[in-house]
Amino acid sequence: MAHNILVWIENVKGQAAAISHEALGAARSIADGGKVTAAVFGPNAGELAKEAIALGADSAVTCDDATLAEFRTEPAVALLARLATDAGAGVVMAGASTRGREVSGALAVALNAGAIADVTALELQDGRIVATRPVYAGKLLSAIAPAREPVVITTRSRAFPKPEADAGRSGEVASVAPVLSEDAIASKVVEFVAEGEGEVSLADARIIVSGGRGVGGPEGFKPVAELARALGGALGASRAAVDAGWIPYAYQVGQTGKTVSPDLYIACGISGAIQHQAGMRTSKMIVAVNSDPEAPIFKLARYGVVGDLFKIVPALTAEFKKRLGK
Amino acid sequence: MNIVVCTKQVPDTAATLKVDEQSNVSWGDAPLVLNPWDEYAVEEALRLKEKHGGKVTVVAMGPDATREALKQAVAMGCDEAVQLWDPAFDGSDAPTTAIILAIAIEKIGADLVLCGKQAIDGDTGLVPPGLAHRLSWPLLAFVAKIREIDPAGKTLAVERLLEEGRQVVSSRLPAVVAVVKEINEPRYPSFMGIRKASKMQPTVWSAADLGVDPAGAGRGSAGIQWTRIFAPPPRQGSVEFIAGDSPEDIAAKLADKLMAEKVI
Repeated sequence: MAHNILVWIENVKGQAAAISHEALGAARSIADGGKVTAAVFGPNAGELAKEAIALGADSAVTCDDATLAEFRTEPAVALLARLATDAGAGVVMAGASTRGREVSGALAVALNAGAIADVTALELQDGRIVATRPVYAGKLLSAIAPAREPVVITTRSRAFPKPEADAGRSGEVASVAPVLSEDAIASKVVEFVAEGEGEVSLADARIIVSGGRGVGGPEGFKPVAELARALGGALGASRAAVDAGWIPYAYQVGQTGKTVSPDLYIACGISGAIQHQAGMRTSKMIVAVNSDPEAPIFKLARYGVVGDLFKIVPALTAEFKKRLGK
Repeated sequence: MNIVVCTKQVPDTAATLKVDEQSNVSWGDAPLVLNPWDEYAVEEALRLKEKHGGKVTVVAMGPDATREALKQAVAMGCDEAVQLWDPAFDGSDAPTTAIILAIAIEKIGADLVLCGKQAIDGDTGLVPPGLAHRLSWPLLAFVAKIREIDPAGKTLAVERLLEEGRQVVSSRLPAVVAVVKEINEPRYPSFMGIRKASKMQPTVWSAADLGVDPAGAGRGSAGIQWTRIFAPPPRQGSVEFIAGDSPEDIAAKLADKLMAEKVI
């Protein structure tokens, strides 16, 4: 059964979020002959629309009105609801980022739609969409099918490959007017304070190096961060380290922090409590450095080093700097 | 200021979950608790009440087991508890749950709604935005700090924790605010609070009390079907410990392995 799919492309300061392109690729894979339309709002929308078409959309709709320049749920949802209705979209998709989660929850109510959040796999069974998504922080998985259309689906970061661009693809790009005027929008963006600039974000990271209780204090994160930097990866932390005040909450990986699935996760001085495992167990490869050979983290790890992280981690940093020519 | 906190009861984060062939999930002896994210919402509500006066009402949708979560919130200091339950609600999906909560909030009357950013069982985070949409109130989610709030002037400003940093947003009240862990450190229930909670009977509202059409709620009206719940495949292979004569030797051996596996 063909599914017409509207994909919201998240615009972060004029650039499309990687997670949106992953969602676009996932949409293409389940459209089953239906049309995939990209919706792009905000600055540089025209260019991002063309990019979306090259990556697999059949057409795109843009709106670069000032009300949509900085993301806010209300105007984005109002316009997406109208576009989905006008296009007769059976499925609306977005990345399961913070903004994507806001949009999807509101849109589901606006469209009287079902909603499947944070999916890690999508397939067609006899033309019917079946999604897999983690529940209980990944301790279990659930298979979910839409009971009706429309349905709103968000995809987990890095769960779907980014599609290959094909510059030869062409499609119509239509510019539309916003639904809400500025005086109908209650929230106003005052400012944006960038954090961790120059650092790799946990959500997108291919490699994550995390520190836990074993780092012993704020200073102990230095060698962990240096290894992350040497590998071009992101820095993470366990709840124990965050709760101790050694590192800000934004770095926390786990059930009450971020859920990540990098290609490589290096856990330094992290025992591997079930709550931490929930946030990182889908990593492709896990390496653990811990002084306790009985630490539960070793049950998840492919490679383990039993020893003093303050000796092993700097040695790893030096080794990789040498090998990666840094 | 009247504040409503929306909560959910969930298995403890330390619970070991089991699932059978019929997709029934069980958690052994692990306790049912107030959703951890909601504890931050309750705490923030209590702090705002202490500063600005008013009343804090905790709401949860669910069968009688849900009362444990409501009791925990009352023990922390919430003034009143409302349980939304009707057999017709069983199996409601997230958007329908949001709508039922919104109807209850309208019945209670609120200047501010606080929620945790998501529940740790379903992990969807769909309810706060759905709730805000249904109420036609602004949604402020992933809030790490309420910078200022003016109940008389009906305005607030918050810091939202997004992937790339903090978005500072001002808004009018009433609004729906969904919080993250950074916002505060939840208090432990006091002895008096626990005593009060032990005697507490929540107000219970059924579909009829809320004016909800039973045919529009529950499993039958859900936009999705849960076809199966299952355990993830176990991580294959056991750990290979890397040992060596010196940290440098270990590092070189591990680097060899990781480069051969092409993860670096």
